[in-house]
Amino acid sequence: MMTPTATVKTFTIDGKPYSATEDETILDVARENGIDIPTLCHLEGILPTGQCRLCMVEIQGSGRLVPACATKPEEGMEIVTDNPRLRNYRKMIVELLFSERNHICAVCVSNGHCELQSVAQKLGVNHVRFAYLHPRFMLDGSHPKYEVDHNRCILCGRCVRVCEEIEGAHTRDLRNRGIRTMVITDFDTPWGESPTCTGCGKCVHVCPTGALAEKGKSVAEMAKRRHFLPYLALRRRGGK
Amino acid sequence: MVATTRKVNPPDGDRRWKIVEATMRRHGYASTALIETLHSIQETFGFVSRDALNYVAESLNIPPAKVFGVATFYNLFNLNPVGEHVFSLCTGTACYVKGAGEIVDFMKEEFGLEPGQTTPDGKLTFMVARCVGACGLAPVMILDGEVVGKLSVEEMKAKIREWVNHDK
Repeated sequence: MMTPTATVKTFTIDGKPYSATEDETILDVARENGIDIPTLCHLEGILPTGQCRLCMVEIQGSGRLVPACATKPEEGMEIVTDNPRLRNYRKMIVELLFSERNHICAVCVSNGHCELQSVAQKLGVNHVRFAYLHPRFMLDGSHPKYEVDHNRCILCGRCVRVCEEIEGAHTRDLRNRGIRTMVITDFDTPWGESPTCTGCGKCVHVCPTGALAEKGKSVAEMAKRRHFLPYLALRRRGGK
Repeated sequence: MVATTRKVNPPDGDRRWKIVEATMRRHGYASTALIETLHSIQETFGFVSRDALNYVAESLNIPPAKVFGVATFYNLFNLNPVGEHVFSLCTGTACYVKGAGEIVDFMKEEFGLEPGQTTPDGKLTFMVARCVGACGLAPVMILDGEVVGKLSVEEMKAKIREWVNHDK
């Protein structure tokens, strides 16, 4: 939102000059100008957490990488969004995501509509150099309309954030830490027995993979609908 | 945030809930008192029960999922009652290199315990710690609060067997 006193910062992305207002992130500016930075946990309308690390970009003069979704550009910054080092890291992140759970596209409800799948294709991930962990997770189909398959979860936290920030229910959160982290409902209660869940389904539609899906969908039938999100987010900020 | 004015009753008539209540009152029932309150429950009861989590969530007006997330994030909080005797093993880097992994396998073979589990008779609990900060003594194990270090894997096994049987 532009205000008369807003300061504009100028910087370069991949050698070309750009400018941003104070509340814009590197990712916002890049997307506006058609520069592609891959993301998985980021979703317009909910707060960025920078946890998937796919949108890491280089700042010239500093060896450290920063997440584009959660970093605001500064005056004179020289930002690099694509080079062999970044591509290598991004590929590795996606490979690690694949190795951590059971992502079998051929039998997934979201095959063809999956963000993990499309990011992997875009980055040219054609093999995974890490051993698969093959964990065994139970499905939770206790909710009348939706189901959760933790085997397909990438722990991006979108469902947790949309439930807390937009729906205001905070039915979901993450339990434990590290490799044992898992998305839970209330006190790790079956979803269908959750007293706080309003059954709105926003978590299902923001989920980048087939982890959260509507019941009754077969392979490749679960396309997510997200048109509601920018509108709800705008209303929440008091816009019209 | 306006603190709750609604009085939430403790899960049961146990007088120890007064201690937990005092902790929450001291922090004005603010949602930021969550960790402090969980500590209070852990110290008072030895573990954090499901009822206790519910009591805290309702008293401090914090969503259940968040309370559960915090309680499971920290290793210090036990969600299940611990046994009469507690065996803690450090599996930090130094201890791991010195053979702590083999002791984890040993506990499984000898007592059927995975990290965090208690024997069915409630006698022995097996816990692992990420690092107890005594890497110089690696591999470190803690037998009911007594720190034992610098033993070989075989010596550790012997010590554990001796300790487990000492009050039989």
